[in-house]
Amino acid sequence: MKKFILKRLLMAVMILFFVSFIIYALMRCMPMDFVTALAQKKAQSGAGKSVSEWIAQLNAVYGLDKGLLQGYGSWIAKAVTGDFGESWKYTIPVTEKFGSVIWYSFVLNIICFVLEMAIAIPLGILAARKQYSRTDYTITTFALMGISLPSFFFATVLKLIFCVKLGWFDLFGVVSKYHETMTPFMKVLDMAHHYILPVITLTIVSIGSLMRYTRTNMLEVLNSDYIRTARAKGLSEKVVINKHAFRNTLIPIITLVGGMLPGLFSGAMITETLFGIPGIGYVSYQAMVEGDIPFTMFYMLFLAMLTLLGTLLSDILYAVVDPRVRVH
Amino acid sequence: MAKNDGYISAKESRRISRENRKITSAMEKKKNRKRVDPSEYETCMKDSNNILEIDDLHTFFFTDIGTVKSVNGVSFEVPKGKTVGVVGESGCGKSVTSLSIMQLVQRPQGQIVSGSIRFDGEQRCIDIAKATTSVMQEIRGKEISMIFQEPMTSLNPVFRIGMQLNEVLELHNPHMTAEQVKARTIEMLELVGIANSEGVYNMYPHELSGGMRQRVMIAMALCCDPSLIIADEPTTALDVTIQAQILDLLRGLKEKINSSIMLITHDLGVIAEMADYVVVMYAGKVVEKGTAAEIFANPLHPYTIGLLASKPVVNKKVDRLYSIPGKVPNPVNMPDYCYFKDRCEMCVEKCSGPYPDMIKVSDTHFVSCYRYCDGGDK
Repeated sequence: MKKFILKRLLMAVMILFFVSFIIYALMRCMPMDFVTALAQKKAQSGAGKSVSEWIAQLNAVYGLDKGLLQGYGSWIAKAVTGDFGESWKYTIPVTEKFGSVIWYSFVLNIICFVLEMAIAIPLGILAARKQYSRTDYTITTFALMGISLPSFFFATVLKLIFCVKLGWFDLFGVVSKYHETMTPFMKVLDMAHHYILPVITLTIVSIGSLMRYTRTNMLEVLNSDYIRTARAKGLSEKVVINKHAFRNTLIPIITLVGGMLPGLFSGAMITETLFGIPGIGYVSYQAMVEGDIPFTMFYMLFLAMLTLLGTLLSDILYAVVDPRVRVH
Repeated sequence: MAKNDGYISAKESRRISRENRKITSAMEKKKNRKRVDPSEYETCMKDSNNILEIDDLHTFFFTDIGTVKSVNGVSFEVPKGKTVGVVGESGCGKSVTSLSIMQLVQRPQGQIVSGSIRFDGEQRCIDIAKATTSVMQEIRGKEISMIFQEPMTSLNPVFRIGMQLNEVLELHNPHMTAEQVKARTIEMLELVGIANSEGVYNMYPHELSGGMRQRVMIAMALCCDPSLIIADEPTTALDVTIQAQILDLLRGLKEKINSSIMLITHDLGVIAEMADYVVVMYAGKVVEKGTAAEIFANPLHPYTIGLLASKPVVNKKVDRLYSIPGKVPNPVNMPDYCYFKDRCEMCVEKCSGPYPDMIKVSDTHFVSCYRYCDGGDK
């Protein structure tokens, strides 16, 4: 097992190297890069220099006068020492900007993640146990509605009802007006209050797929021979479902959950924007469209790392729940 | 109509499934009741020498294209301490009969519609067809146990063999301590001829071969000393050498714990070797039953004759192995005359009449065919 993990980690380093190179190359190929946009702005403000002069000067400043390989070389040489440079757009170190926004997104996503698990899996099992019954149809319809609802629409409807009509929540932001004057405990409560609607939005729209996945897997397991054997032993239906069937349903779900790890940090751009949460989703989107290479590089690399870690984690968990794939 | 081609309109299918749901949910509700007066399912045996009496059993599947009458009026008995073989081709209702005895038919579509299955339990005699799920849970694994056809998939892949066996013992013998349970499990594994019993105890199913898994299944079925063992094609998935070992094992164990076996198979060789009584089924009905000697020496029903003729015999040269012509009728809408008539080579005039009754040929030998109407009394 140790050897397996070590091998996978070494492979992950290789993959990260290539991933970062591809991202860098793509960023350099963007038709509207950061420097051109900045040069145009500066030329218009009328300091006497033309656009091409500004571009040449700024390219030298931002290190874009070098070729693709040299540029990547100097980036990675710094990156391996942990120095990811300064964000071009936000003009502060990349890690600092990232650190200041990531927690808003992470808290939002982790709450949604827990809720999603806690709601979707039991609902999926329930729907499978009562296949083709009224319960099953209700749950599947609800799940399908969740999948089909665009988050911007659902969020807007929620805001209309709960913020505008009922006035229970603020329209925007993560803190209320008097946040600074509150006690630490009240501050937490205040933020929680602002997170209610975004959490509901994200949970409802994401619950469907996991629920349907659980239902399908549970159905497959329930029709298998070993469940019949378990019943033939005289076990009660509760033990059959919760012990014999559930452990087997867990196997494919684990794989899915491992893949969700990067999702915890990637932010939810639309929801964050709509509810005015200063999370990573919006920040990274802005950085990307404006061609902020250092920030995008760091962010993408971070997600790639989490993806690799997620797959490794799900492989390890897979071996924990399924004895057939254990490495000896 | 369109139904005859096996196709029905979506509208009709919806109507059928709606009706089915009404029927099955009523039955499910009845089965899932918690508190039930025992007089509802307790009965008494007609003959105290029998461990199991199946009387006019009907088990139907309510599917979206119509009701499939898998078991359509089956009656036979399993005497105490004897082996009864049930034979018939695939899809004739053998397995559904056995699953009905365990109440393990795929629910909610599959339901015991009428008839009775009287089982002589340890303390009381129970009609399984009327028993609720909670009553069945006490019987399953303890008084009636089942060995399934597919050893490769019948064990839960994520639990150790020891745990899967312990579970049955712990469930039905709550007074046993953990050490006693483990000792008994290992004893059972040794009994079914697993040499490395301590090792196998800690193994997962995927680490065992098919034959070993079937032994584990047998150990699981036997560990509570059941009075009836249902073996549903226990050797079909195994190769011939293992098959002989497993059959020997079953026979030896039967003598040791003195239980009855209901052996379901389509292999007449296995029946000849194991069974005291034989029940021949065709399309959800019993067409002939009798002692093994009677059936093999004097088969009466044309289907039994055909079955015996289609069995290859060593040292006998034939150009072509016999096979019964035609195919089993569509289970959704069965004809109202003898189900075998369309494939039968020995039809008589009366055959176009209603389905023939069981005709008594000797005290133990019964056949359901018009050809013997005059000879035997009804």
